[in-house]
Amino acid sequence: MPERRLLLGDEAIALGALHAGLSGVYAYPGTPSTEITEFIQNSPLARERGVRSRWCTNEKTAMEAALGMSYAGRRALVCMKHVGMNVCADAFINAGITGVNGGVVVLAADDPSMHSSQNEQDSRFYGKFALVPVLEPSSQQEAFDLMAYAFNLSEGLRLPVLMRTVTRLAHSRAAVEVGEPQPQRVLSPDSERTRWVLLPGNARRQYTALIAKQPELAEKSCSDGHNTLELKEKGGLGIIAVGTGYNYVREAGPQGASLLKLTQYPVPAPLVQELAAHCSRILVVEDGQPFVEEQVRGLLGAGYPVGGRLDGQLPRTGELNPDNVAAAFGITNAGPFGPAAQIAGRPPQLCQGCGHRDVYTALNKVAAEYPSARIFGDIGCYTLGALPPFRAIDSCVDMGASITMAKGAADAGLYPAIAVIGDSTFTHSGMTGLLDAVNDRSPITVIISDNLTTAMTGGQDSAGTHKFEAICLALGVEREHLHVVTPLPKNMEEITRILREEIEYKGVSVIIPQRECMQTLGRKLRAKKQAK
Amino acid sequence: MSKTDIKLAGVGGQGILSIATIIGEAATAAGIQLKQAEVHGMSQRGGDVQSDLRLSDGPIHSDQIPLGGADLILSMEPMEALRYLPWLSADGVVVTSSRPLVNIPDYPAEAALLTELDALPRVVRLDIEEIARELQSPRSANMVLLGMAAPYLPLLSEEQLRAAVARVFARKGQEVVEANLRAFEAGLSHSLKTVSK
Repeated sequence: MPERRLLLGDEAIALGALHAGLSGVYAYPGTPSTEITEFIQNSPLARERGVRSRWCTNEKTAMEAALGMSYAGRRALVCMKHVGMNVCADAFINAGITGVNGGVVVLAADDPSMHSSQNEQDSRFYGKFALVPVLEPSSQQEAFDLMAYAFNLSEGLRLPVLMRTVTRLAHSRAAVEVGEPQPQRVLSPDSERTRWVLLPGNARRQYTALIAKQPELAEKSCSDGHNTLELKEKGGLGIIAVGTGYNYVREAGPQGASLLKLTQYPVPAPLVQELAAHCSRILVVEDGQPFVEEQVRGLLGAGYPVGGRLDGQLPRTGELNPDNVAAAFGITNAGPFGPAAQIAGRPPQLCQGCGHRDVYTALNKVAAEYPSARIFGDIGCYTLGALPPFRAIDSCVDMGASITMAKGAADAGLYPAIAVIGDSTFTHSGMTGLLDAVNDRSPITVIISDNLTTAMTGGQDSAGTHKFEAICLALGVEREHLHVVTPLPKNMEEITRILREEIEYKGVSVIIPQRECMQTLGRKLRAKKQAK
Repeated sequence: MSKTDIKLAGVGGQGILSIATIIGEAATAAGIQLKQAEVHGMSQRGGDVQSDLRLSDGPIHSDQIPLGGADLILSMEPMEALRYLPWLSADGVVVTSSRPLVNIPDYPAEAALLTELDALPRVVRLDIEEIARELQSPRSANMVLLGMAAPYLPLLSEEQLRAAVARVFARKGQEVVEANLRAFEAGLSHSLKTVSK
């Protein structure tokens, strides 16, 4: 009898990949994808098999290293949150052109409703853009089972495969039946240079070959059994239930409706046409953007009624839930109790004792002396400095944008332009921007708030720990304008003095407030106590 | 088909996910179906946290509980219990700590908050932190709450829950297991007294 294990969607993906003979996972932490890599890092099977699992500096280095492992003939997994796809897009799209040798699965965890993100972009567009197959599980069991299929598909087609999941599956637990792990692939490097050297002449041939594979991709979407069609009442409603959308449809249980369960892309045109011919109208239930809905509209033409997020049957923004999907079938989910009167919002906040607090206290004090000062923030716990009581930052856009936006604003004449970036975000995407600023002698003050960890996602190792001074000096920051301080209330006078002096300096200054995250420190102390 | 849908609520750091882990462990051992959705990430930092825990002896589809579908709101904090009222079913029970955790400037007046809570048809509330302190085990307040919830988990017996508490805390040593079991019993006996009233 197969073993049953209670797993998060993320953990099911991780274990599925390990059982598919994975040799390396490459990832940068990002909610809701982080637990995939953490599971592999803590897995006895991964340890026994020597599966490579350290965190990468960013999603692009991750994607490229995975492609290298694939070149050498072994199976690799790349994991990221949706916005990480933007960072690795160059490598991802071109991996579609080179194709792969060992199987490559790229896992993108989307965050509709932006529980912990700055947008709700839909990763499936990247799969279509790169002309590669996309898989989208509806349950933890499917997530586990699809990994083996995904690696086989990748090697069969010699293409990377994109697997898309969403927060509600990534962070939901259920029992998963687990079989026996497959062996890993052996080292067998590719030597077909015309495939891997993307000079225009080779690239044109490769691109033509990629286009020629498309009918096979489409055929597999119909024949491999992951997209299933269940026809009910003739002339009734047809539902296309995509990924986790399927669960909400089943929960609502609309009577008599025909159902196309969609798990594999490209969108299976013959199955959609068969559903359309049997029914009189179609409702597309998909989480994220109306990716399938737009394609189905195109496929069936203007005369055929297709509903979903575009015509308002489902909300245009935010994640699906059992209530908004039921509403699309005319069912109102409601209990006898309305919202309570005695409640107030309880937003997240920086932990008590956190070093970022002292950084913002100092910064607010000094910035108050410069009414024209602007503080460009970045992505991490310290983004919470935007909320009361600090209200300290004026922007937060994407990983690394604090330094480069401060630079651009300074170029335009804004003074003082101050950037606040965390240690892990700095090595992810801040270093190149700092080099631009140094080369331009931009009058900016950069604060690298270093808590020695990637804190917001739960305390993963940070790529640059203990290397920040060396990195900044090597990028050309002047020794006398590089300072390391300890952000504690007792050092407030020293920190504010340095801030004032460096704001007055008309070149690049870097101040590194350095103190360990309270959460990781607490965990280390507890572990030490337990070990005694 | 029999099901129990639970809205677990609290404030980041209060240990609601440990409650979910224990119920999950008990359900898995008993062969009960389970889905448990939680939100990680920024919500960990002193903000409100919640998890949807669904138990059933048949298949479970949605990872989230529909509005009006929750059989139980289980909360480590009284205002957080009220936040999820629209999900409570007509026969649903609220099992909550009565002690406010005030870390925001506009927290409601305690008396008004408890009045609104007590006006609900089925409520079991207790100062679980006080009980845990009396038991000299302040970190097991969440197990007091789990004990209070035990009579409202018809798919799991008290014995199955006790066994799950013991298994989950086993790696922390026998002392920790016993402290958590004592907390569980204190919550359970309070709840049974309330029910019999």
